[in-house]
Amino acid sequence: MYRLDLGPLGLDRGGHILLERALAPLPVGGHLAVTGRDPALPVHLRAWARRRGHRFVDPPGEAAGGSGPGHGGGEALVVVRGDADERRWAGARRAGEAGRPASRADPAWGLAARGALVEAGGPPLPGADLDRRDVIWSEQAGRLYAQAAANQWDPATVVDWARPDLPDDVEAAVVQTMTYLVENEQAALMVPARFLGRIHPHFREAVAFLATQVADEARHVEVFTRRAGLSGGPPGVSGAGGRASLQSLLDEPDWANASFLLSVLGEGSFLALLSFLERHGPDPVTSRLARVVLADEARHVAFAMGHLSEHVTRRPSERDRLRAALERRHDALATTAGLAPAVHDSLVVLAAGSWEPSAMASGWDAVAALQAEMDMGRRRRLVHLGFDDRQAAELSELHTRNFM
Amino acid sequence: MTADRIRLGAVAYDPKVVTIWDGFRRWLRPRDLPMDYVLYSHYEHQVEDLVAGRIDVAWNSPLAWVRTQRMAPGAEALVMRDTDLDLTSVVVVRADSEVRDVADLAGRLVAVGAVDSPQATLIPLGLMSDVAVRVRRFDVGVGLHGDHIGGERDALRALAAGEVEAACLIDANHLAFTTQGVVAAGSTRIVAQTPPYDHCNMTAAGPPSPTVRRFCDLLLAMDYADPQVRPLLDLEGLRQWVPGRISGYAQLERAVDRLGFYGPGGEVTADGYQP
Ligand SMILES: [Fe+2]
Ligand SMILES: [Fe+2]
Repeated sequence: MYRLDLGPLGLDRGGHILLERALAPLPVGGHLAVTGRDPALPVHLRAWARRRGHRFVDPPGEAAGGSGPGHGGGEALVVVRGDADERRWAGARRAGEAGRPASRADPAWGLAARGALVEAGGPPLPGADLDRRDVIWSEQAGRLYAQAAANQWDPATVVDWARPDLPDDVEAAVVQTMTYLVENEQAALMVPARFLGRIHPHFREAVAFLATQVADEARHVEVFTRRAGLSGGPPGVSGAGGRASLQSLLDEPDWANASFLLSVLGEGSFLALLSFLERHGPDPVTSRLARVVLADEARHVAFAMGHLSEHVTRRPSERDRLRAALERRHDALATTAGLAPAVHDSLVVLAAGSWEPSAMASGWDAVAALQAEMDMGRRRRLVHLGFDDRQAAELSELHTRNFM
Repeated sequence: MTADRIRLGAVAYDPKVVTIWDGFRRWLRPRDLPMDYVLYSHYEHQVEDLVAGRIDVAWNSPLAWVRTQRMAPGAEALVMRDTDLDLTSVVVVRADSEVRDVADLAGRLVAVGAVDSPQATLIPLGLMSDVAVRVRRFDVGVGLHGDHIGGERDALRALAAGEVEAACLIDANHLAFTTQGVVAAGSTRIVAQTPPYDHCNMTAAGPPSPTVRRFCDLLLAMDYADPQVRPLLDLEGLRQWVPGRISGYAQLERAVDRLGFYGPGGEVTADGYQP
């Protein structure tokens, strides 16, 4: 017979925790003798045991008595261990292993921590249809998330938000560029946000990374908006063709396709654009913002490259699906204008740095070089995903004129 | 009534009753036992319908069982919850009260639950029937035979507030209310505990048909390890259905007679009882 002395502790003040601890190692049917000085113990122990599926043994001679609370003091009360706990956990399964995600997450694991022992029953997680490791996860996800968490910057202090002292027409070119950037950043926020809630939380590194990506994009929207308004005027124009291009990203329902179009091709192209703005920005705010945003975008591209290259290595036929998605988007945008002329020309003005015809010519060349650099970057990434050089060149050509 | 299905009566003392019997219904259907449940707003009508044959079985309170048996002496208690066995009620006073036992309560004001609560009114008053106590009733959920815990909670609060000198409630609610802080742990003292008695049972008005037998066998086979039924068993407050027994109703029978709650043929004779 096992024994437990509760001393002055009552079951209404935590005594049940000691009881559970004492009963746990007992075999089903094992007896536990309980003593204690709380006068309510005999009454409460009976009620507690009944509710928890254990059996309370009537103290000898008390059962028929009635009246007194039934405890002669010092006499041990006996609880016989029941099997409710064993039964509750009989069908429990672990939600994979804590260290590494399973190849497929079970909806029945729900929101449980990876590796937790999950009681059978309870609601399955609805809507988390991105549940395959090879589609969503990558070996680098955890590292990239840690990097993202460590490199969050504060928009308030990342630059000195002093009003730039630029000629009006140069400032107008900056404002137009910022206006363009903001709408691209909005799309870059919405696309991962839409998939975030569909990823099974078992793949927590991927979920966590995308959460930082969404937060990054929110900052990008903020800082570009702030730079656009820094001189006090309204934002520039938003072309229909640019927005059509971005809408086609939002319309892509497939995670791998969306990641390919947005992050590999779009954000990949933006790396060159941001580097261009860092170099040619006419004021320190523009240059500095381009630099810090570039660091975030490089992470977004790296994450997408990571999970997509693991994905296509395992299933080479997936490359055909990615190509088809790019072709579909190209066809859908065939009749639209692409990059707004106002945006293109603003970039030329920023690179020219003056209104001299010769400066304008070199600005023009700089934007042409930017587009060539974007093309080279896309081809490099496509080759990394296993397309051959010729395919990479063809596919890069199909990418939207809007850059993103 | 068709031979191959069950019509069960239950009292809707709480919205969860629908969840419970709907869940059991869904569990029974693929086991080839179609079950329909009928919800009553109080036990008296349920008992009358059971005796009249309008339902096959009734999920009865102990008081409803006592009445059924008086109206239909061949009634059988078929199954019960493991948690229906060996309950006790207690009479509590404030910790600093001079009351030491039931006899000390003579002439004092005692709070009880609803007029028809077996555990908080009838059985405790039966225990104190030799003592001339004054009674204040907390009539919450009249007709529900004490299934609604509001009366017991109000009785205990009245004790803590100094409005009464003692309160009656079931052992599990004393533990629950002191644990939840309805009254502070240690602020009340138990001066009396009833002998163990039994609570609800699944009642048939007479010898059960083969279908009713099969229904009971299925209930008894429900396994707490089955994730489909476990939440329902948790809601209904049991781990396991057990075979019915009628040895635990003697105290309530005596109290019903002494307090004149029902007549010998099950007539409702309680004073001021309007379910
Ligand atoms: Fe961004
Ligand atoms: Fe991004």
